[in-house]
Order: sequence, then structure tokens, then C-alpha cells
Amino acid sequence: MCLAIPMRVTKIEGNPDDFTVSQIATVDADGISKEIRLDVVDRWPDLGDYVIVHAGFAIHTLEAAEAEANIRLLRELAACMPEELLVK
Amino acid sequence: MKYLDEFRDRALARPLVAELRKSVTKPLRVMEICGSHTMAIFRNGLRSILPEGYTLISGPGCPVCVTSASHMDAFISMAERPGVRVAIFGDLFRVPGTHGSLANASSRGAKVDIVYSPMDALDLAIRHPEDLIVFLGVGFETTTPGIAATILAAKNRNVKNFTVFSTQKVMPPPLIALLDDPGLKIDGLLCPGHVSSIIGAGAYQPLVDKYHLACVVAGFETTDLLNGLILLARQVGKGEARVENTYQRVVNWEGNLRAARMVDEIFEPADMEWRGLGVIPGSGLAIRPKYADFNAEVRLDITLPEASEAKGCRCGEILKGMSIPTECPLFNTRCTPGNPIGPCMVSSEGTCAAYHKYGMD
Repeated sequence: MCLAIPMRVTKIEGNPDDFTVSQIATVDADGISKEIRLDVVDRWPDLGDYVIVHAGFAIHTLEAAEAEANIRLLRELAACMPEELLVK
Repeated sequence: MKYLDEFRDRALARPLVAELRKSVTKPLRVMEICGSHTMAIFRNGLRSILPEGYTLISGPGCPVCVTSASHMDAFISMAERPGVRVAIFGDLFRVPGTHGSLANASSRGAKVDIVYSPMDALDLAIRHPEDLIVFLGVGFETTTPGIAATILAAKNRNVKNFTVFSTQKVMPPPLIALLDDPGLKIDGLLCPGHVSSIIGAGAYQPLVDKYHLACVVAGFETTDLLNGLILLARQVGKGEARVENTYQRVVNWEGNLRAARMVDEIFEPADMEWRGLGVIPGSGLAIRPKYADFNAEVRLDITLPEASEAKGCRCGEILKGMSIPTECPLFNTRCTPGNPIGPCMVSSEGTCAAYHKYGMD
């Protein structure tokens, strides 16, 4: 139920402050494109941002800087880990 | 795929496995609350590499599993009323009530539509003006904002035949109910990823303060899960308890305030019945009287029937982390995914379904 993959925003309709018009984005992941709603997303995305989508609604615009920092830490850990400690 | 493959990268996961082994300095019991975490942990094979002394138990975070038998019976009898068309997430279709499931009702002619989004249910209402559409709200904080937005859209578009039957639930109250039970001994919580993106990592601080529990929010990919398990073991090893967040790319401390405002506009806190846990005060969400036209319970004058659990089914104990599927006499004998007796075997995220799928005998 709560699994979701980050999808890239390719088109945006509506604006964050007007709930009387549809707030819709087109997103794609792995060549699959679909329309999703932006009514409840935490931060209005820019084109090219990645969003987490649940049951047709974006609930979060991914923080790219946080993701990059997380990956950088993982790479540092991997670089420092002695080979003999690693599982095959 | 970006922001996905990196977090599944074997080269980055291997050092974490080594780190996980080092991190356990004393035995610990951790509850993974979220059903999606349960499945992700199995899928990544993490149970088989857990160091000795690290026990993982599954919690009450599979929405279909915690739906009470009386709610299931109400759903099914409602679907059988003339002029009603129910719209559901697919997971609910085969969950047995006292007398059969929505699938059985559908085969007898009841109108049951499986939808991907509550917005699809609103489209159904527009396409079927002759029917009263009832969307069955079965979920946690991740689905509630979308349902609230759909109700608002129905109001704005003046759609009169769209309603919601809300059994929406909120996460912290059942955890408090569980933790107040002296029978449950746990040292830490692996806190849900996407529920936390809505409620914020700060929502777990009261559990830290009251129960001295280690609380770590984690995502769903291999490195996310390993990171979460390591941080929990380190906290418990040092006798610490605090909220840590390894899923900063999606979760912050405050949560999604835009979603919270939307939910607050449409819903108000309500007492809610949970399978296995009974009625927990303030653990559910009811549609506010201002939006009663969209409340299926009001429009159809529904009272919840008395219902009984299937004999021998231990779903309730399993949901509380008090029992594991292999201790249930029905598990893999009378109760299988092909012929499920209890909801924990039906939902793709149910603990019994996970144990069955990944061959835990």
C-alpha cells in the first residue's frame, strides 16, 4: 500500500494556491507516463523534480540535495570498509 | 531509475551488511510497523542476514489487515444494496467477512469496481449518475490526503453521487495502545517511510519520551532498510532512545503541512475499531458534518453489524506482534493465499502472506 517510486515531473497544470482549478502534473518513470494530482504535495514541484506518488496523488517532492548527501555517505562508507569484512 | 537504483546498489549495500553485524552489541527486538517495510525486508532477504540477537516483529501497519470484521461485513452488505456501486483499492477485494467477501458479492451481481486512485472513483460517479458511488477508505495517512482532496473536488464539481465510507486510520494511537500492553517487549521501532512523510518524524518523539524507545524512520530500498536497522541496534546498544531519520529525501520533522490542512478541512478525529486491537480512541478519521453529503455512513444510514473473527485465526495476535504466523494452526494448512481465512493472508502486505511467499515454515 505504501510503496512508491520517485517519478519525474514533465508537465504541470494549475498553481499551488488555487484549488478551484485542477492541479495536475504529468510524471514519468522508466518510460511510463501518467497524470497525477498535486493537491496535497508538500512543495510545489518544478519541471524535472521527482515526486513520491500515492494512489494518484503526489505526496512529496523529493529533496535532491538530501538524496545526494545520503548516497555520498554510503559511497564514503563503502570506500573505507576493508574488503575482508564484506559479504560476497 | 534515478533515486531508486542508487539505493539498491549492491556495492553500497555490502558495507552496510558488515556494519549491521558490528552494530549489534546486545539482543534487541524491533517492530517494523509498516506493511510495506515487512514486504521490503523479506524481498531484500534481510531477515536471513540479521545477526544473532536481532529480532524483527511485524506491527499493525497493513491497512487491510487491521480493518475490523464488522467493517468488512458493513462493506459487503452495502455493496449488495440496489443502486450502490462501491469503489475499492484492489487489496480489499478478497478479504473475507463473516459471510464471504466483496469478490463473492461481485460474482452475485453487486457492483464492485477496483480503482487505483480515489479520483478514479469520482470519475466513476460522473460516468454512472444512476448509481451512488461509495469509495471505501481503508488506509493510513498516505491515502487520507488524496481522499480529502477528492471529496473537495466532488464538492467543487457539484458531483452529488460520490461518497466515502471512511475507516481511515492514524498511526501513533495504535502504537501507544500496543506499548501500554506489558506483554509486548520491544526496544525500538522501524518507523514507516511514507506515512512519516505526511506526519513528520517528530510524531514519534512522544513515544521516545514516554516509552524510551529507539525510533528510526527509514525508506524502502536495500540501503535505506540496512541503515535503519543499524541505527536502531546502535541506539539500543548504547541504551539511547531518540528519533532518527534516514529517509531525509522524503521525510522531514514537521511533515506535509499542505496535506495536513487538506485532511483537517474534511476530516475530524474519531474512535476507530481495529482488528485485534479493538476500539482505540482518536485513532480514526470521520468526515466532518459540514461534508455529510459525501459521507456514505450518513447517506446510507449505516450501523456497524456485530461480527465475529474466523475461528482459530490469529491475525489479531499477529498484528499486535504477540504471535507469528507459523504459530497459527491455520497457517499454510487451511489458510493460504489461494483460500485465505484471515486478512493477514489476503493483503499482499500482510505478515502471513509475507511468511507464505518467502517460505518461512
